[in-house]
Amino acid sequence: MSIATDVEPSFLESENTLASWLFTKDHKRIALLFFASITFFFFIGGFAATLIRLHLANPEGLLQPAMYNRMFTMHGIVMVWFFLIPSIPTTLGNFFIPMMIGAHDLAFPRVNLGSWYVFNLSGLVLLYALIMGGIDTGWTFYTPLSTNYASGYVFAAAMAVFVNGFSSIMTALNFVVTIHRLRAPGMTWMRLPLFVWGIYAVSLVMLTATPVLAMDTMLLAVERFLGVGMFDPTRGGDPILWQHMFWFYSHPAVYIMILPAMGMVSELITCYARRPIFGYAGMTMAMMAIAIVSFFVWAHHMFVAGISVYSAIVFSLLTFFVAVPSAIKVFNWTVSLHKGVISLDAPMLYALGFVLLFTIGGVTGLMVATLAVDVPVHDTYFVIAHFHYIMVGGTVSAFFGGLHYWWPKMTGRHYPELWARFAAILTFVGFNLTFFPQFILGYLGMPRRYYTYPAEWQPWNLLSSAGASILAVAYVLPLVYLGWSLLYGRRAEGNPWRATGLEWQTPSPPPKHNFETTPVVTTSPYAYNPEDGSYVTQDGTAYA
Amino acid sequence: MYRWVPFWPNTASLQGVVVNNLFIAELALCVLIVGSVLAMMATFVIRYRRGSAASRGELVHKTWHWEIVWTVGTLVAFLVLFGWGAGIYVWLYQAPKGDIEIYAVAKQWMWKFQHPGGQGEIDTLHVPVGKTIRVVLASQDVIHSFYIPEFRIKHDVVPGTNQVVWFTPDKPGTYRIECTQFCGVQHATMIGNVFVMPQAAYAQWLANQGENESLAQQGEALFRTYGCSGCHGANSTVHAPSLDGLYGSLVHLQDGSVRRADEAYIRDCILTPRSFTVAGYPPVMPDFSGQISEGDVMKLIAYIQSLSSRNTRNVDSH
Repeated sequence: MSIATDVEPSFLESENTLASWLFTKDHKRIALLFFASITFFFFIGGFAATLIRLHLANPEGLLQPAMYNRMFTMHGIVMVWFFLIPSIPTTLGNFFIPMMIGAHDLAFPRVNLGSWYVFNLSGLVLLYALIMGGIDTGWTFYTPLSTNYASGYVFAAAMAVFVNGFSSIMTALNFVVTIHRLRAPGMTWMRLPLFVWGIYAVSLVMLTATPVLAMDTMLLAVERFLGVGMFDPTRGGDPILWQHMFWFYSHPAVYIMILPAMGMVSELITCYARRPIFGYAGMTMAMMAIAIVSFFVWAHHMFVAGISVYSAIVFSLLTFFVAVPSAIKVFNWTVSLHKGVISLDAPMLYALGFVLLFTIGGVTGLMVATLAVDVPVHDTYFVIAHFHYIMVGGTVSAFFGGLHYWWPKMTGRHYPELWARFAAILTFVGFNLTFFPQFILGYLGMPRRYYTYPAEWQPWNLLSSAGASILAVAYVLPLVYLGWSLLYGRRAEGNPWRATGLEWQTPSPPPKHNFETTPVVTTSPYAYNPEDGSYVTQDGTAYA
Repeated sequence: MYRWVPFWPNTASLQGVVVNNLFIAELALCVLIVGSVLAMMATFVIRYRRGSAASRGELVHKTWHWEIVWTVGTLVAFLVLFGWGAGIYVWLYQAPKGDIEIYAVAKQWMWKFQHPGGQGEIDTLHVPVGKTIRVVLASQDVIHSFYIPEFRIKHDVVPGTNQVVWFTPDKPGTYRIECTQFCGVQHATMIGNVFVMPQAAYAQWLANQGENESLAQQGEALFRTYGCSGCHGANSTVHAPSLDGLYGSLVHLQDGSVRRADEAYIRDCILTPRSFTVAGYPPVMPDFSGQISEGDVMKLIAYIQSLSSRNTRNVDSH
């Protein structure tokens, strides 16, 4: 593909007034706006996490108990709703879904921009709650603690989450319509890149689950202010009802976080192993299966809450069913390395890290899905470690992998490869050092949300805190060198990784309307041939 | 106590041993799975690194054969674990009739225990080794969770109902009781100790607690104070259900449902009787919700329970 200097200027250069950014309808610019927002919240949530680990380095702690409780609550709320859930879809998804399917924009550009404003509005409400004094209920808002006993800004936080949900819904709606209606000619469902499938699956889950979150937070407000006894047993309510309703959204939310990451990693592994994905159809079906089954496993958060043993058995069995498509995916990613031509560039390091950490998170997920094993480890650090392996080891690794992979396309600049590899390895080491000791702490019996603990557990906590400091450096590093590369990075050509996706068949950075002419798709994704190094892009051009 | 860094918790109860075995089996499977993924990945990355001369011809393509074998294999392994875990859980979460029944009230941020003989303790619990201990749990405020890591047992304590947890300690010693459900500012300090004592020492300890009215006796006094005896007493002429032999029996309700008369049911009937009208009786009992503390409810339950054990009617327990 020739560099199209004579046609449209790139989306970054076309017009650069403040208004042209704040009122842009270009999905690529909106993606960058989302980048700014979620990066801000990532560092707020990360700051809270840093304080938590500093505090737990010794049993005497650093913060007042009430402050510690506010920090872990804030960490949870910010990271779940203001980073992990929007992370990949609103940034990489926003930027690349239209480009990967050969479209000029998302179906509803104004809704897309609206989503960013709604997101920031919810962020402002949350910052208000944070600055006014914070919340100390845990991100799960368990009743009756949150409704009758907590003194913090529970209502403000719940409203922030409520408003945030609308942003999720707007973005998800846009993706579903776009993927259904705006695919380029020849881009059949079975030719969609797996990242598009991941975003499609996650959008369906967001659309159907998020309204339940809105109901939950409204009911919480109704109980807290109007005194209607929904969850309060002294007024005829049932505290367990809150848990059912909360997890009916929040369990699918876990899959909202991981599905885009699964799609992302499939792009990375194929490109850097230079071979087609193993079991494409199985991968798409596995993602859809995970999306559907995610709605039927919520009560596995309540095995020790006193639900009937029969429903516990049913939910445990259904949870085991989620493991099957997940196992298929791990197996297929691993086999996709067989007879490839593998180069360990930074995105690939992140992707391999993802597969390993996701596997550890997955097998420990099997352990907590087992009823009798969940009894001792429930609400301990074992569970903390398990879900951080999925959400941080999994989702955040894939996010960083995708960010590096598409960085040249988004900015027109190369990131410094050696620094990026260093950061990827540092992330992996720091992550394991932080969270592996927490498995041991959990089985030893350290409950979550403890601001102090018996002295004999200090060595593991200290190790975890040491790992967290490494992890913090590994997360700040990319901010530094990627920022540097914006100004001084080597200029990137259209397709520096010799990848097959349509998004690479444009100049870097792409022009405002992505494609001069709508591409026609003639082949499946990942048409790499490891035997002679040739590849065929999705628009049918063969390269030696 | 520890001269080295603790790595694995002790097991000090029958339940602990059973759960621990399953945990070890699952851990072994996990290590096997992660190990094989890691081994495959490392082998491929090294063998097929860019620049290596290994043959890339005849790429393995997906066949349904592969997919089905892999899927069914994992499914079968998972189902075995599921069944194993579910079996133990059913045993753990359906408490049998215990040798000793303890009543526990959780509140921000303490554990209050009452022995059948009326001895009360705060944040400590003395029990004899080798006996089945049944703990009836109630919360006065928010959700707490009763957890003894060395026994591998845990149960949330949800306000508005009673729950039961049970264990059979098999090693004398001191073990921590922790609250694992975040319950407010001092959640981390809601820690107690359970002292597992040889049986003779336990009997000695009980005797040293001084003269106490038993819980059931205290309940009987409350039974009169709150006016329950006016209708439910032996000499009453009011048409009210008899409480003799109630505990553990099946009760048919006006709405057609059938409930087993366990602690949670008796608690519900005392506090919100109109929702649990017994078939054939008029709904005339007043509502006691908000008027009786959790501790008093437990004493009343202990009294109603004692009416069954002194009766000749056989209590079927599961």
